Amino acid sequence: MESKLRAILSDDDLLRMYEQMVLSREFEESCAEQYAKGHITGFLHLYSGQEAVAVGATAALRRDDYILSAYREHAQAIVRGAEPLRVMAELFGKATGICKGKGGSMHLFAPALSFMGGYAIVGGQFPIAVGVAFAAKFRKEGRIAACFFGDGAVNQGTFHESLNWARLWELPVLFVCENNHYGIGTSVERASALPDIHRRTCGYDIPSERVYGMDVVAVHEAIKWAAEWVREHNRPFLVEAITYRFRGHSMADPGKYRSLAEVELWKSRDPIPAFGNRLVAEGIATETQLEGIRQQALATVAEAVAFAEESPWPEDGEVWEDIYV
Amino acid sequence: MSMSDMTYRDALNLALKEEMRRDPSMVVWGEDVALYEGSFKVTRGLLAEFGEERVRDTPISENTIVGVSIGAAMGGLRPVAELMTVNFALLAMDQIVNHMAKIRSMFGGQTHLPMVIRAPGGGGSQLGAQHSQSLETYFMHCPGIYVAVPATPADARGLLKSSIRDNNPVMFLEHELLYNSKGDVPDDPEFLIPLGKAEVKREGRDVTIVAYSRMTILALEAAAELEKDGISCEVVDLRTLTPLDSETFVASVKKTGRAVVVEECWHAAGLGGHLASIIAEECFDRLLAPVRRVSGLDVPMPYSRKIEKLCIPQVETIAAAVRETLSQKY
Repeated sequence: MESKLRAILSDDDLLRMYEQMVLSREFEESCAEQYAKGHITGFLHLYSGQEAVAVGATAALRRDDYILSAYREHAQAIVRGAEPLRVMAELFGKATGICKGKGGSMHLFAPALSFMGGYAIVGGQFPIAVGVAFAAKFRKEGRIAACFFGDGAVNQGTFHESLNWARLWELPVLFVCENNHYGIGTSVERASALPDIHRRTCGYDIPSERVYGMDVVAVHEAIKWAAEWVREHNRPFLVEAITYRFRGHSMADPGKYRSLAEVELWKSRDPIPAFGNRLVAEGIATETQLEGIRQQALATVAEAVAFAEESPWPEDGEVWEDIYV
Repeated sequence: MSMSDMTYRDALNLALKEEMRRDPSMVVWGEDVALYEGSFKVTRGLLAEFGEERVRDTPISENTIVGVSIGAAMGGLRPVAELMTVNFALLAMDQIVNHMAKIRSMFGGQTHLPMVIRAPGGGGSQLGAQHSQSLETYFMHCPGIYVAVPATPADARGLLKSSIRDNNPVMFLEHELLYNSKGDVPDDPEFLIPLGKAEVKREGRDVTIVAYSRMTILALEAAAELEKDGISCEVVDLRTLTPLDSETFVASVKKTGRAVVVEECWHAAGLGGHLASIIAEECFDRLLAPVRRVSGLDVPMPYSRKIEKLCIPQVETIAAAVRETLSQKY
């Protein structure tokens, strides 16, 4: 806690990041409630605990940089600017959803925000991110593609094929591994011959860095630096953010493969109060302000739930739409 | 319309070159397509004319070839990727089926994928079990992608150009034994064959043969043989499997009252079953005999010339099926 926050970011930026983390958390906790009520069905993978990664990383990217994610992507979409109303409606399967109710929790997409989707096949987004980066470079747009993935994805062939390809063709891809320690119920140590994921890029001559992913400012700094490096060199880089999910893999998972002590230890590292305390300690915000931010987030989420509840279902004819151009 | 006599290979090559000249956002990549000019030489001369920004050799990473094409298409380009053979498409089935076919729909129509995956395939070259497959049914079974299966040089040119210009993802399946086949091809650079339009390649009155790709060529040969015995066959070439132009073959079967469906793929759950069911549903009261299917044998392809031949429909097997259907009466 030595670095002073104001030396790194403006008060507005810092408060905005806090707001986004709180909104992400409240959104996810509300999703859990709506799932319990049966309003959200199917698979639901929540992001609680990992907020510092999406928020710190997104704030460090340019608005037009592409973001691709996996199936735990609600926060990534919302932080990028997707309306919570339409994300919640999507989870409810309503016609007003961000993908008209056809995608659901795992397939959020907002091209106007350069948010290029949530993909639900582990590692499926790697080559797509490489292709998006190719297009950006080909069209000389100066954008990079940030590709988010979990620790489980690095053992897919796509990870290795895509790293090789991105380096070979010198493409601006920023690989961001959210190492939350588990691929469903299998710990990274039990799944990866080399659990230090950032070290795995050496086979592809791609530089990498590890960052403490429970610290939003640390993530911001690491991604900022890495993104600029990628932009400047037109070459890939990998950042491994060490984080933790507070809930099970999905709502169907009670998470019994983790000890209570382990979960409690990581909960004590919760990125939201940690960051809030710093903001207060450094005089950037008061406790009252932070509580105000939380109340605002709760109101936004309540509004999103009401919107989703009141929204219409898709018409039957919609089932034939949007498949072919 | 002025015409040139050219091979299926050269017709495809010309289509690629013309469309690349026309559209600067079109890129071509695949294993050995640039410096080596393609394993089947369909991409000959592309690197020399368009340079390595647009024509690129890729690593041997089929799934990623398709995935990178998807990303590039979403990013505003028009990629045409080659999979060296359709057999290797099996390594790319995740990107083809889970991604390429789903992205537009699952994202609520907010993006589209103007891309083509070219893949040579088919059997009959003694390449053994892993290099002789006809997997068209696999792609036809999956909504969200188009499947083109040209039989002639003219169709190869017209369909490839349409596929490239189309904003839907297309699996473009070329038959390896057709690359050297020759035929008249219109010179008009705007000569396009619409996706989803079958063609009556030969008119006839006694029986309809429904075929695609190389099977169309064999069906036409069978029809020529049968004509010597006074049997008049109508040959419908599907040209694309998705969209499937059932109207054309249904109309033909209603006219002739008999149908033989020819597929190079395996019989079990092959596309011929689907075609036969459409004919049964649409033409039941007009059928004079059961629909017959001529298919690849349900075995992994053997290498030996003598027995490989048994596994692929031949002119004689098609002719025999026609004779059988004509021998049946209700």
